[in-house]
Amino acid sequence: MFESKIPSGPLAEKWTSHKNHINLVNPANKRLIDVIVVGTGLAGSSAAASLAEMGYNVKAFCFQDSPRRAHSIAAQGGINAAKNYQNDGDSVYRLFYDTIKGGDYRSREANVHRLAEVSTSIIDQCVAQGVPFAREYGGLLDNRSFGGVQVSRTFYAKGQTGQQLLLGAYSALSRQISKGKVEMFTRHEMMDVVIVDGKCRGIIARNLITGELERHAAHAVVLASGGYGNVFFLSTNAMGSNVSAAWKAHKKGAYMANPCFTQIHPTCIPVSGEHQSKLTLMSESLRNDGRIWVPAKKEDAEAIRKGTMRANDIPEEDRDYYLERRYPAFGNLVPRDVASRAAKERCDAGFGVNETGEAVFLDYASAIQRYGKTEANIRGLRNPSEAEITKLGKEVVKAKYGNLFDMYKQIAADDPYETPMKIYPAVHYTMGGLWVDYNLMTSVPGLYAAGEANFSDHGANRLGASALMQGLADGYFVLPYTIGDYLASDIRTGAISADTPEFEAAEKGVQDRIDHLINNNGSKPVDDFHRRLGRIMWNECGMSRSEAGLKKAIADIRALRDEFYSDVRVPGTADQFNPELDKAGRVADLLELGELMCKDALERNESCGGHFREEYQTPEGEALRDDEQFAFVSAWEYTGDPSEANLHKEDLKFENIELKQRSYK
Amino acid sequence: MDLTLKVWRQNGPNDKGRIETYPVSGVSPDMSFLEMMDMLNDQIIRDGGDPVAFDHDCREGICGMCSMFINGEAHGPNRGVTTCQLHMRSFKDGDTITIEPWRASAFPVLKDLAVDRSAFDRVIQAGGYISVNTSGETLDANAIPVPKAQADEAFNAATCIGCGACVATCKNASAMLFVSAKVSQFALLPQGQPERATRVQRMVDQMDKEGFGNCTNTGACAVECPKGIDLSNIARMNRDFLSASASEE
Repeated sequence: MFESKIPSGPLAEKWTSHKNHINLVNPANKRLIDVIVVGTGLAGSSAAASLAEMGYNVKAFCFQDSPRRAHSIAAQGGINAAKNYQNDGDSVYRLFYDTIKGGDYRSREANVHRLAEVSTSIIDQCVAQGVPFAREYGGLLDNRSFGGVQVSRTFYAKGQTGQQLLLGAYSALSRQISKGKVEMFTRHEMMDVVIVDGKCRGIIARNLITGELERHAAHAVVLASGGYGNVFFLSTNAMGSNVSAAWKAHKKGAYMANPCFTQIHPTCIPVSGEHQSKLTLMSESLRNDGRIWVPAKKEDAEAIRKGTMRANDIPEEDRDYYLERRYPAFGNLVPRDVASRAAKERCDAGFGVNETGEAVFLDYASAIQRYGKTEANIRGLRNPSEAEITKLGKEVVKAKYGNLFDMYKQIAADDPYETPMKIYPAVHYTMGGLWVDYNLMTSVPGLYAAGEANFSDHGANRLGASALMQGLADGYFVLPYTIGDYLASDIRTGAISADTPEFEAAEKGVQDRIDHLINNNGSKPVDDFHRRLGRIMWNECGMSRSEAGLKKAIADIRALRDEFYSDVRVPGTADQFNPELDKAGRVADLLELGELMCKDALERNESCGGHFREEYQTPEGEALRDDEQFAFVSAWEYTGDPSEANLHKEDLKFENIELKQRSYK
Repeated sequence: MDLTLKVWRQNGPNDKGRIETYPVSGVSPDMSFLEMMDMLNDQIIRDGGDPVAFDHDCREGICGMCSMFINGEAHGPNRGVTTCQLHMRSFKDGDTITIEPWRASAFPVLKDLAVDRSAFDRVIQAGGYISVNTSGETLDANAIPVPKAQADEAFNAATCIGCGACVATCKNASAMLFVSAKVSQFALLPQGQPERATRVQRMVDQMDKEGFGNCTNTGACAVECPKGIDLSNIARMNRDFLSASASEE
């Protein structure tokens, strides 16, 4: 069950040839087969809609009150596709190469190439569905550039690309719901997967309104339940985003791959105080035009922190545009892991610019001038005044980034058109996830994982505008084909019964866990434990990690977990609408996952992408990979205790790309 | 800041419900409104009580999950923001704040401040889509140019987050702003033309079936809409609906 199943043949032909040779299920037989999809973000909605269109009977589940609210909705900047509409030399190969390099050579060549291949169909598909992408005056699609690449291949809809793409997938899903091909279960949470004779044959779900447990049987189950950034408590994830579906699958035999690969996004609004419940991203697209800096003199930084000096008081020559200084070739558009570490480095050195010392400036002044001048030319203004240029420039910036600037203003109570924004890195995405083979099947037969829930395409660092691409690629164009290869052998099985000892036992296990939480009668609310877990993870398994810190974190998490089970207080009852109980179950799983993440980070004695071990760095402070020993995927098998998980290594073979130290200089 | 909260408490759809009063102290002006609610719930749980149920998820103003009627206004006193983006600096020390759920017969209360908005999903299911399969085997994305102004207008309509503030605000609990935003998005794009007439008819029929009220053009919905969805969308929908009905066989 631990075979990557990468097809043979030349890289560029693998996917086509694979599709030509895998088993198919004929349309009449598809009507006899049931598939469960958990999660309705980009991957889940698109998979559910596509599978239903093909003829399968689909049941889809989400914990939100509507499938349209899944957290893909919050993605801002854009979606990549190798269309080369800008004629800047883009190609499938370049998108493939950028993604492998951006991931610091820790992803599978074949998966990433497939992703780049299908990227162009995604854009065609979305336009046909009525997704209103940004357009140029000629009526054709506009593009912007993103971090880690030197072409403009990102399609966008202002700063709301995720929303528009998800609403597109939601409309496709809604169409299938209206036809009766998808049965939709909102406000339902997956509590466990059910394994029968070694195959995944269904789930136990909980109706979050009534608290009732339900058995749902199927021939296959797809988990598209997102990432686990909320293990850090503070992250850009939605409050409800959780690991529970993936973690329950892990405990039933699905391997967890590279759990320590976490993306810390460089441009988020800094933490303002102890009360903070979540962090807000400022899209990476802002790095297109914004320039990142800190004061070059420590005394200036101190004065800013004290409030005796303002950003605009610092003359040009006393500003340190540290990304442009350190990485002249990519400048402000270095990949996220590099930009985040550079911000931390400056702040740790004492150059931070807010009260906590953990913030840097993102400045739009020069972009406003540049756009203002161009706009003045377009309008034929002769010798425009400074004020006119500034006014025009602000209008252009507003058209491009207006909603992001408004959001910043709302949260930070500061006007980014007049003074630079303050930003700091925050947890944003998890590259790690359930291990899957080339067909997106986990190590449990019949159990699939798609989108952020799997580990497959981003290696140790994801490039911007690639999450939307992967979610839709998995859901629209990969899984609907590859799942047939497995289901072809199930056409004679008949309907799966939920009235079996396996379902009985799974349901009982779920009931016992709920009873324990609700009857615990401790003294502290769930959030108390979640916050403390987050602090441990951020300090020891965040932007930089060390052997000693990780060992301490493991011990601390174990102690915290014991305390949780003895002292958590969950109010109310299990048979009512009870958001605190839902949260308690999720935090219980995060308390186990956190330990596995630390163990994974501890065992990976190298630095790569978002995983930065202090012991392994170049003299310039860059991540130092060890390809001799660590060019593999860590796939962890659950054995009853996160710290005792068994490590399986999937060696990564690079046949088309030469392994190099990543350089953005 | 010290505040007095008057919060609607209701155990379920069949409970009568009542207002309960809670004092909260030590509120920071930098907190979001929902963080202030977290603080209240933390206090209630530690005191052994039943926390206030409310819907929320992304907390960055885009998922459309949060839904509070604050001092008589959907999403509170500020314009162009959802409850999660409302910050306590918009209130004064010593204020009394009344918090209620969305009120509309098409949105029954589940518990306290959480309501059931699945009627919106059913309206979309009735026709809020373009009937293309997801095979990817369509035209090249640039095959049909769309004038920028038109694409931008479609985008503006498409930014509706489906929160239901329009329904909660309307004295008739009308869903016209929500429905017209989706109708407009597709009516403005070439891809939406083939189903333009049937789409508007089906969606309006479903809207009526769900028990939403009629529009009497007060425009309150657009004032309270956190995404600034324009009233002109309602006019466009009415036009489309009329012409679709007139051309029916």
